[in-house]
Amino acid sequence: MINLRIDAQTTDAVATPSQNGQTDAILMTRSLNFWYGSAYVLEDVNCDVRPREVTAIIGPSGCGKSTFLRCFNRMNELIPTARLEGSVVFRNRDIYDRSVDPVEVRRQVGMVFQKPNPFPKSIYDNVAYGPRVNGYKGDMDEVVETSLKRAALWDEVKDDLKKSGLALSGGQQQRLCIARALAVQPDVLLMDEPCSALDPIATTRIEDLIRELREQLTIIIVTHNMQQAARISDRTAFFTVAESGAGVLVEFNDTQKLFTTPTDPRTEAYITGRFG
Amino acid sequence: MSAQSTAAIPSADVWRPSQTRRRWSGWLFYGLAVVSTLMGLVMLGALLFDIVTDGAGQVDWHFLTNYPSRIADNAGLRSALLGSLWMLAFTAIIAFPLGVGAAIYLEEYAPDNWLTRFIQLNIANLAGVPSIVYGLLGLGLFVRWLALGRVVLAGSMTMALLILPLIIVASREAIRAVPDSLREGSYALGATRWQMVRQTVLPSAAGGILTGTILALARAIGETAPLITIGALTYVAFDPNGPLDIFTVLPIQIFNWVSLPQKEFHSLAAGGIVVLLVVLLTANSLAVYLRYRMQRRLQ
Amino acid sequence: MDSLKSLPRAHPAADAAASEPAGLDFTRSRRDSLRRKLVERSVHAVLFLCALISVLTTTGIVITLLGETILFFGEVPIVDFLTGTRWTPLFASKSFGVLPLVNGTIVVALVAIVVAVPIGLLTAIFLSEFAPARLRSVVKPVLEVLAGIPTVVYGYFALQFVTPILRDIFPQTQIFNVASAGIVMGFMILPMMASISEDALRAVPRDLREGAFALGATRFEVVSRVVVPGALSGILAAVILSISRAIGETMIVAIAAGLQPQMGFDLLRSMETMTAYIVQVSLGDTPQGGIEFRTIFAVGTLLFVMTLVMNLLSDLLVRRYREAYE
Repeated sequence: MINLRIDAQTTDAVATPSQNGQTDAILMTRSLNFWYGSAYVLEDVNCDVRPREVTAIIGPSGCGKSTFLRCFNRMNELIPTARLEGSVVFRNRDIYDRSVDPVEVRRQVGMVFQKPNPFPKSIYDNVAYGPRVNGYKGDMDEVVETSLKRAALWDEVKDDLKKSGLALSGGQQQRLCIARALAVQPDVLLMDEPCSALDPIATTRIEDLIRELREQLTIIIVTHNMQQAARISDRTAFFTVAESGAGVLVEFNDTQKLFTTPTDPRTEAYITGRFG
Repeated sequence: MSAQSTAAIPSADVWRPSQTRRRWSGWLFYGLAVVSTLMGLVMLGALLFDIVTDGAGQVDWHFLTNYPSRIADNAGLRSALLGSLWMLAFTAIIAFPLGVGAAIYLEEYAPDNWLTRFIQLNIANLAGVPSIVYGLLGLGLFVRWLALGRVVLAGSMTMALLILPLIIVASREAIRAVPDSLREGSYALGATRWQMVRQTVLPSAAGGILTGTILALARAIGETAPLITIGALTYVAFDPNGPLDIFTVLPIQIFNWVSLPQKEFHSLAAGGIVVLLVVLLTANSLAVYLRYRMQRRLQ
Repeated sequence: MDSLKSLPRAHPAADAAASEPAGLDFTRSRRDSLRRKLVERSVHAVLFLCALISVLTTTGIVITLLGETILFFGEVPIVDFLTGTRWTPLFASKSFGVLPLVNGTIVVALVAIVVAVPIGLLTAIFLSEFAPARLRSVVKPVLEVLAGIPTVVYGYFALQFVTPILRDIFPQTQIFNVASAGIVMGFMILPMMASISEDALRAVPRDLREGAFALGATRFEVVSRVVVPGALSGILAAVILSISRAIGETMIVAIAAGLQPQMGFDLLRSMETMTAYIVQVSLGDTPQGGIEFRTIFAVGTLLFVMTLVMNLLSDLLVRRYREAYE
């Protein structure tokens, strides 16, 4: 696959872990193939995600972007017919190894969904949900406050933490979901088109937030909006549908380079609007 | 349709008679449909009116607190009310966890295989088994095989099995109504399946589950045949005090009074029915209120 | 903060995370993970057992009924039971022909169906095709009340209200008679008939209706030639389920139809149904374990088989119309 050859540095790092057992990538996939029942969804994806960067995933609809994203926290296996081959490595450990508990993976790899999905509970209980299910025994008030601050929602809701999460506006709900995900202190945050249900102002706020959060954790974001990918991401992966009907990773590069000097004609066709 | 139509189109005379008949048959049919719908409502009205005029005069404090008696003036519902209460309490204790547990299993855990389909088919068919057959089951299984005798607990277990399909179906519907996005949100935060169910699905589905359970229990209050079959008594002149006491229930007491030839006892039966209907009305109102409150809380 | 470092951290980013203001104390050891898995497994097993209760109930019904029934057929030949026309197990000269009970059951059920099917179907048509949404939302729950009234109440109503009226019209009517029990039972199953038929009618796609309207059909023609035929298997399912319900109904017949097993179709006379017989024996002082006592299980088995066959048949029909339109 050409995509990996482009970034020689990353490829090398994966192939030969440095002396102290670390690689440059926090998450990587190797020969990842994915099926829903008999439908072939992802074909041989190899991709390395660097820590504390924003990685954007773009591509036409039906190219398996969301499925790919969900491979990183094993959310796909909630669908009974899902089948995966290859490996997804998180911190040098294959998260699909039999010994790995998917619950533990999801604690460290958080996720924000396309449509805000706060629980029908108070704002406070929404944020405290993750720490509670993970057996956190410390000062919950502090976790809630910190998480809401990190999600830039604290000032708007601090006087009304008992209010239902569903009473917030769409943009606030999505930031609540981000706060909720941050409360368990994940290393990686997966975002599946987090702004697609929001108005432009709310979208801007979420994008600002993503830029701030980049300082603290690794973010992988699926977006159907190329401008958004260009605005917020450090690196961008372009997926498309191959002849097999499955999604393939065509090109993965620095966002700047991918949008200005794409190496693959399919990428160029897509970003110049001749495709999808 | 005018008479000046071109020759190719049949003249208006050809259409008109059948048009009229069509219109008339339409109205006739509409009338029949309305009358039919009214018949059900009128029958309900007649039934309630008949019972209230026959029985409302009977209901007073003595009627509720006296034991049944051979002398109609002294007869009351005390033992039947207490028996119904005991029976209902144990039915709820047995049926609620089993029913909700089965519903959770089928909605959240069950793999799509032959066993699951078999269980579902079973539940659907159990809902259609005549209640008196449950009585025979209770008689054979609880009264004789477990040798419990004709006690409250045997009645409660029989009733629990009888209303289990109702609770399962209602709970499954309530659980299915919980959006998948909440399940995903919960999983994504590192919840296990049971944590997800307990902290996300069940709170959201609680209103529907409770409503369904109350309606199922209301059914148990009114059921008579299975309890007669397991041998609940028709004449009990003492208080049942626990699950292992022999007992009677409200509808059996009513049945007993209806079966007696003397007219005074028929009025007592009507009085008993008024009490029974008030209890059921209360249960149903409670169910409606709970559903309403849960819906409000979620919004 | 120490607790955070105890988590497996293979990357410098982790140290940055540790400098976050709120450190989280997830005491997650291998033992905790094992314990969590144990909880998950136990919960799974317990819930599975809850679901299995339904299968055990069915098994229990079959074993209880069959056990006594087989003993019964050890003493009474099955052919005599199924073809005999005299049912006198409680008399000195015993006879075990179940047909009089079956006859009574079927006659009462037929009366109930004759009441419930036309009224229920027309009600369903009114609610699904004619009634405005608001009227429907009022009428439907009120009709459902009919289904929630205990059957002992219907029994009282049949005996104390309907029978006197019948006796005014037909003086030869017996106090306990099939007609009054059947009519009242018809109104009891009316809501079920109406509600299943309405579901079937509503499942007929809109375009079929609109197509017929577009051809100039009146509403009556649309209903009678498009909607009802389209919903036929669902309506049939409702009818079969109604019959099944009528056959299994106990208290109305035990109170209002009497306890005299006999053949024939005279609606104004008393007849005994299978269910009423079971009640009769249960109330009496028949010693458990004797042949008289076993009769109720034999009758119960027959009742169970009859209703089961009809329920399965109606299930099949419902499935067919669902497949046709989904």
